[in-house]
Amino acid sequence: MLAEMTWLPWLISIAALAILALWAISVYNGLINRQTEAQNAWSQIDVQLKRRYDLIPNLVETVKGYAGHEKETLERVVQARNAAMHARGISQQAEAENALSAALRQLLVVVEAYPELKANENFRALQEELTSTENRIGFARQHYNDVVAQYNAALRRFPSNLIAGLFRFPQYEFFQLDASEAAQARQAPRVQF
Amino acid sequence: MSALVTFRDLIAANRRKSAWLVVGFCVFTTLAILGISLGVIALVAPGALEYWDWRQTAVLTLLAAAISGMVALLAVYRGDRFLLLASGAQPIAKADDPQLYNVVEEVAIAAGIPTPPVYLIDDTAMNAFATGRDPQHAAIAITRGLREKLTRDELQGVIAHEIAHIRNYDIRLMMLLAVLIGTVAVLADFFFQMLRFTGRVRSSSPSGRRRSSAGGGVVALIVTVIALFLALLAPLVAQIIQLAVSRQREYLADATAVELTRNPQGILGALKKLALDTEVLEVANRGTAHMYFVNPIRQYAARGHSIFASHPPIQERIRRLEQLLV
Repeated sequence: MLAEMTWLPWLISIAALAILALWAISVYNGLINRQTEAQNAWSQIDVQLKRRYDLIPNLVETVKGYAGHEKETLERVVQARNAAMHARGISQQAEAENALSAALRQLLVVVEAYPELKANENFRALQEELTSTENRIGFARQHYNDVVAQYNAALRRFPSNLIAGLFRFPQYEFFQLDASEAAQARQAPRVQF
Repeated sequence: MSALVTFRDLIAANRRKSAWLVVGFCVFTTLAILGISLGVIALVAPGALEYWDWRQTAVLTLLAAAISGMVALLAVYRGDRFLLLASGAQPIAKADDPQLYNVVEEVAIAAGIPTPPVYLIDDTAMNAFATGRDPQHAAIAITRGLREKLTRDELQGVIAHEIAHIRNYDIRLMMLLAVLIGTVAVLADFFFQMLRFTGRVRSSSPSGRRRSSAGGGVVALIVTVIALFLALLAPLVAQIIQLAVSRQREYLADATAVELTRNPQGILGALKKLALDTEVLEVANRGTAHMYFVNPIRQYAARGHSIFASHPPIQERIRRLEQLLV
């Protein structure tokens, strides 16, 4: 009777190992999915920045036709665009992009003094594209931060932190806002379910 | 709901409910088809039942199961197209309305989902809905009335509410409810009209009576059985939809819209405009009302406080959003 039962401990330990392996695989895949999501979200920011670079020459040309003597503002926009396109490294690029945002905001303020330009259909279409592009950049960064927050939390949470430590999953950094944007973000309402 | 409920939990719950809905529909429809066909056979040719055995039952059950399974598959994979068609929504391209398209693309980026195609419903009533089986196969429809009366920020708020439904997989459950359950209410109306129609034809054509009485009688009988069956079912249907939708879903989509746009004023402004609108959206019906941004059938608005309403009252939604501003 007892001799017949010797296979039982073996069966139990093999089953336990199999369950453990299945669990580890599913946690690992979950972490990989979130990591990929974060990488996708990061590249989405680049897509939207590229969209803004493409928009600027058209915008500058249109404004030039009506407000030619706002040379200084226009030049600053063009320079900021070129600087942003050639920026290297995350911190340098963030700085250059913020400078470009500031230059564009300045341009839109200057344009207020030209009613004919504001009435121009082509300009209005460009202005809508610009508004949308700024929103897209902001939303893409926001989404990146949301995804990274979830991924980083999964790295720290038990028990997924065991798998994360075993396979050396790296923490991702948040996208940093500049001082004025950070102040705005702090005013944003908190949503609780 | 506790603060630890993430949108991933919501998605899991919606997928589970959708799966149960499909299973429940298949079982119920199979039994219903079996019951109706046995009833009709018993009424039309009672003699046939004397030779009835398990083989015929098995064949009939398989046939019924195949039909209901096919309907369920169609609902999952083509339900969105059916609902868009039924609401008279027309697809629009980016060139038709660049601002609307931009707003949809922006909010889709904020939610991290692919940009859904946009449809326009040519109606002056103010409303919108989203449908589809998952974020990769979704669509947003908006009425011309709503599109024209909102500012850019308000439009962004409404679109964000719909995108929230898409991301949380509310759309899958709402679509299956509309197609699988809501259709019963619409079918009931249809069969009742057919019943009246066939009744009228028989009584108004005495000359053809002898020839058509046999065939016509059978058709009328089948229609009567189905109509009576659906009539019994219709109130139950409304009940199931109320149970499944829950008003929490709407409050949650409003809150998620603020979370996505970081701008409570947008959706607040839109809701305030909608609170003043009393127009009825003609293309909506009892089966599809629960999908819309606000209740499209305003006669029911007076009953807004009833626990059987598919939508929470707009004033309550406004109040809850204003709490976020503090």
